[in-house]
Amino acid sequence: MFTPKRATLAASLLLAMMASASLAETPNFGKPIDEAAIANWDISILPDGTGLPKGSGTPTQGAPIYAEKCSACHGDNGKGAQAAALVDNRPNIEIAGISASQKTIKSFWPYSTTIFDFIRRAMPFQAPHSLTDDEVYALTAYILAENKLIGANDVMDAQTLPKVKMPNRDNFIIRFPDRI
Amino acid sequence: MANSRDRNTGGQSLEPVAGNGLIDRRALLGRGIVLAGAMGAGIGTSSAAAGAEPLADDPWSLEIGEPTPLYQVPSKFEAKVVRTLSNPNHEPRNSHSRTPHHLLEGTTTPNGLHFTINHGGVPTIDPDKHRLVIHGLVKRPLEFTLETLSRYPMISRMAFVECGGNSAPMFSPEPMQENVQAIHGLASCAEWTGVKLSTLLEETGIDPRAKWFVAEGADSPHLSRSVPMKKALDDAMIALYQNGERIMPGNGYPIRLLLPGYEGNMNVKFLRRIKLVEQPAMSMYEARTYSPILPNGKAYRFYFLQEVKSFITSPSHGLTLKGPGLYEISGIAYSGTGRIDKVMVSADGGQSWAQAALQEPVLSKAFTRFRMPWRWNGGPATLQSRAWDEGGNVQPTRAEFVAARGELTKPAPVLAFPNQHYNSITSWGVGSNGEVKHVYA
Repeated sequence: MFTPKRATLAASLLLAMMASASLAETPNFGKPIDEAAIANWDISILPDGTGLPKGSGTPTQGAPIYAEKCSACHGDNGKGAQAAALVDNRPNIEIAGISASQKTIKSFWPYSTTIFDFIRRAMPFQAPHSLTDDEVYALTAYILAENKLIGANDVMDAQTLPKVKMPNRDNFIIRFPDRI
Repeated sequence: MANSRDRNTGGQSLEPVAGNGLIDRRALLGRGIVLAGAMGAGIGTSSAAAGAEPLADDPWSLEIGEPTPLYQVPSKFEAKVVRTLSNPNHEPRNSHSRTPHHLLEGTTTPNGLHFTINHGGVPTIDPDKHRLVIHGLVKRPLEFTLETLSRYPMISRMAFVECGGNSAPMFSPEPMQENVQAIHGLASCAEWTGVKLSTLLEETGIDPRAKWFVAEGADSPHLSRSVPMKKALDDAMIALYQNGERIMPGNGYPIRLLLPGYEGNMNVKFLRRIKLVEQPAMSMYEARTYSPILPNGKAYRFYFLQEVKSFITSPSHGLTLKGPGLYEISGIAYSGTGRIDKVMVSADGGQSWAQAALQEPVLSKAFTRFRMPWRWNGGPATLQSRAWDEGGNVQPTRAEFVAARGELTKPAPVLAFPNQHYNSITSWGVGSNGEVKHVYA
């Protein structure tokens, strides 16, 4: 009785190890779901722009939204308050010292897509995932422009946003490459 | 049978093995006998027996006790054994709670004392409505309910979870006068039970282009991290239980991702979505927060691993030794690489070292308790522990760590996370008055 069971287990393990074994001897309780049904949850954005939604926004459009929904915590014009500063006005943005205080969007963040992604999934703090995609583009544009990373009239959308070159992009070392 | 052998060798085991009173760890084998004998011979407490008061029955021995509760909680006399809170008034920011290591023993963190960091409060999730979706570069996207997940073959394993920012106060250029809870309290260890992620991926199938997966929570920040597929096919788990009961709300109820040995933030709580992708998403937590700045201005990316670490929990900062005599030095060691190989202890600030006893079982990527008998002579002492893991990695001294990773120019607030992935030796200085303080040595 014990041996056949072990043989079955061995067989299912073998099946599982074969790449094609999508219908291996697992319980198969997962319910098929199509990507359309997942769309509202699927807010992943990759740094090459994959996943960015339709829509657009400019710094000018972002300014009043920022004043209304962001400045209470992040301060006027992104200068920081009880929440982190979003704008780095230092003339020299070299990283000085190992403190996280050096990690401003302008001096440290390697990808502009991260700004859009974080605003859309987590902001405003009290009402996350409540902004329209246009509003998120406008706020992202506003923050980038205040940091002088784009022009005051530049339009941010799925094509332009990933092309914004962040100054610190190539300043990272992968710690444990063998684990990737 | 073991006792007779201990009795025979016990006296010899009390011989010092390193400076400032460290005693051979083998003395612990027959600990009761050896220590009792030593107490009697060494500091003469047995002579006090002559004038002892006669024992009386206390009130609780003379009346019926309290009714049995449905879910029991610790004695009211243990009310001080609690976590410390970074945001007790629930202000609109993240919130940390730290494990009181100095008040605990063994290797399992009780569920009520497991550390938590939440970035938008603790969500109240109805388990009947919770879903886990796996999609992206799979052959067929699937949706799982709690009920269906519960029907899969499960595994249990001990695993520590540690915030990548744990021990950050030690980046300060001077030793912050804070206890082990404040310094190292963002690490805990539990038995986690759940379904291996690889089991679910067998059902969805994996598109060979998938090199990473993005995990996302159902909490208000929709916290999201990218994880290499290598980890998914190794020991990643969809955990449903924590120390035998359903996962605590603050630890990810009803399900969390468990990535044994990887920084806490990646162990996404309230897990609702896994998407297989070709490249990492560079979410804020990987692009910014857990990319530690190095002294040359560059930064590490994808640190992931919680490297080998140990610290002494007793005696430790804030505790006071009550007179010279025998003590047990006790602490915790762990490594995200695997098992702890050995722990060395010093009582003289690293001038001499002796090997500590490791309490069995010594499990991979889990807390290991170490113990070392020590006779305090009443003079100054600096207690340290240093761990090695089975991968051959050794915990750095503070000087070695600072040389490689740098330190701050001035102390940061103790609750701040000025940098990440700190794992050097911790030193506790014992003064002649018995007070224990955090020192750098």
